[in-house]
Amino acid sequence: MEQERDEIIAINGLTKRFGAITAVDDISFSVPEGELFGFLGPNGAGKTTTIRMLTGILTPDAGEVSIGGIDMQKHPIAAKMQMGIIPETSNVYIELTAKQNVVLAGRFYGMHRKAVEERSDLLLQQFELSDRKDDRVEGFSKGMKQRVLIASALVHIPKVLFLDEPTSGLDVHSQRLIRAIIREMNDAGTTVFLTTHNIEEANTLCDRVGIINRGALTAIDTPERLKQAFKETQSVEVAFDTPTDIGEIERSGLVNRTEQAGDKWRFYTDDPDALAKCVFAFAERRKLSFTAFSIEGASLEDVFVTVTEGKAHAP
Amino acid sequence: MPRNTLLIYLRSIALIAEKDMRIYYTKPPVLMFGFLFPLFMFLAFSLGRSADLHTLFPGLAAMFVFFVASSVGPLITPWEKRAGTYERLLSFPVTVNTLILGDVVAGMLYGIIINVIILAAGMAAFGYSVSFTEVLIIAISLVLGAFCFSALGVLLASPASTNPSNVMLLSNLVRFPLIFISGIFVPIASLQGVARVAVYCSPITYLVNSFDLGLLGSAAIPLLLGWAVLIGSSVVFVLLARTFLRRNLMKGL
Ligand SMILES: Nc1ncnc2c1ncn2[C@@H]1O[C@H](COP(=O)(O)OP(=O)(O)OP(=O)(O)O)[C@@H](O)[C@H]1O
Ligand SMILES: [Mg+2]
Repeated sequence: MEQERDEIIAINGLTKRFGAITAVDDISFSVPEGELFGFLGPNGAGKTTTIRMLTGILTPDAGEVSIGGIDMQKHPIAAKMQMGIIPETSNVYIELTAKQNVVLAGRFYGMHRKAVEERSDLLLQQFELSDRKDDRVEGFSKGMKQRVLIASALVHIPKVLFLDEPTSGLDVHSQRLIRAIIREMNDAGTTVFLTTHNIEEANTLCDRVGIINRGALTAIDTPERLKQAFKETQSVEVAFDTPTDIGEIERSGLVNRTEQAGDKWRFYTDDPDALAKCVFAFAERRKLSFTAFSIEGASLEDVFVTVTEGKAHAP
Repeated sequence: MPRNTLLIYLRSIALIAEKDMRIYYTKPPVLMFGFLFPLFMFLAFSLGRSADLHTLFPGLAAMFVFFVASSVGPLITPWEKRAGTYERLLSFPVTVNTLILGDVVAGMLYGIIINVIILAAGMAAFGYSVSFTEVLIIAISLVLGAFCFSALGVLLASPASTNPSNVMLLSNLVRFPLIFISGIFVPIASLQGVARVAVYCSPITYLVNSFDLGLLGSAAIPLLLGWAVLIGSSVVFVLLARTFLRRNLMKGL
């Protein structure tokens, strides 16, 4: 497959059907080496199905995947040698100790005994599991098991790391620990592909974000540019002390859309500054007092909602 | 690159087998249906029959190989699916082939380890005089038989199921009838008609036959034919298991 040298993940026309459902619908994109890429989408959008095809766990109905220039269908073992993978619903072997699990994973990637032992000790220490490393995983908490799982995926210092919702269901401390290590691996040169529901995570962690909805890729760009592209999701939020007819503000020509929640009004606008001034003038004229006033920039969450719901309402 | 790939291939088979040995050899269903059960059968058939034991032992030993070697395979994949370790295992640099062969090797080694002890004990107890050639015949037969039955065990688990007890039930439904059509309790030569055809259909027959030759010095079926059948059925079992697992990878997991 012909491709640019720095594209480490190249996906072309990837499609997967389960009976009548098209879980992933003709997706094509690529991830350059060293990027921290976030794959966002609502439940059932096809994130896990995509990541399973990228990692050679599920066979696609159509399309190609190549990792580091190696075709996944043709040379699965060579392609997989370069990856570390944390599947969505997955566990380490509870019958083995934390260290045995990490060592086993490293040996699958051909690491030598001594190297894998040292690296395992280091990782388990980073994940704050040193004092439990020789205990069977059976008695570990969910967050501890997830940390062993991630340590197992990092042991061979993969070129590409795939994580399917690595932080979901964990407490803040475990989440931060895991994000810090993902970032650290990325800084050291590992390309990261992660899926998440957590928009804030995508916003702060990822260089670039792809949004998938109903199996189709609907947007892909840096978080900043996505927000730029969805400028209409900027808003002015106000509440007054007395009930008022706000029709005049809506007719100002500055408001794209109005939402009411309790006594608060939210006006979506392309020009928050002009709208704020208009709202002030309105309040002045009517002798209204503000109980709340704020200007909200476009958030990735708004982008996400617009993109995914826009699609959902289409026929 | 190709040589390197072969190395990775062999290494992952060894690692999968090692993992299976560490985790599954001591699981209760394996001990129950792989070890205790044939032991009880063995005792039931040998009690009060000390005179026949000399001729019965090769068949009973083959039955032992069958039960032990085929007990691990049915458990592994369903257990891993239920425990949630299966997807991660697939994510390692393995293929369906290495997974199957790793599991088959684990079952085979279990069969070999336990049956070396049983065969040695039997040979001492029942006073067989065996030549070096006969020991070689027994050893090769043991390896081929253990591989074949282990492959059958792996095959039984390969159509999708995440419930280990269902698979154990299914596997016993297949395994028990097989031992009754295997010339274990009745000499093959004395069978006629349908019974004889049925006996030829069971792979266990060919191990009983080889053990007969090795321990008693005579057998109904030519040795090489018996080995060929064991190898042939192993290949069929592995290929079938591969087809099922591949299909599962298309369908989901
Ligand atoms: N093995 C399967 N058999 C049938 N349908 C499936 C299978 N796996 C996934 N699907 C369907 O494919 C679609 C996409 O599922 P997928 O698990 O990829 O979503 P997701 O984006 O990971 O969702 P979540 O955020 O809930 O994890 C869903 O409609 C799901 O029902
Ligand atoms: Mg998912």
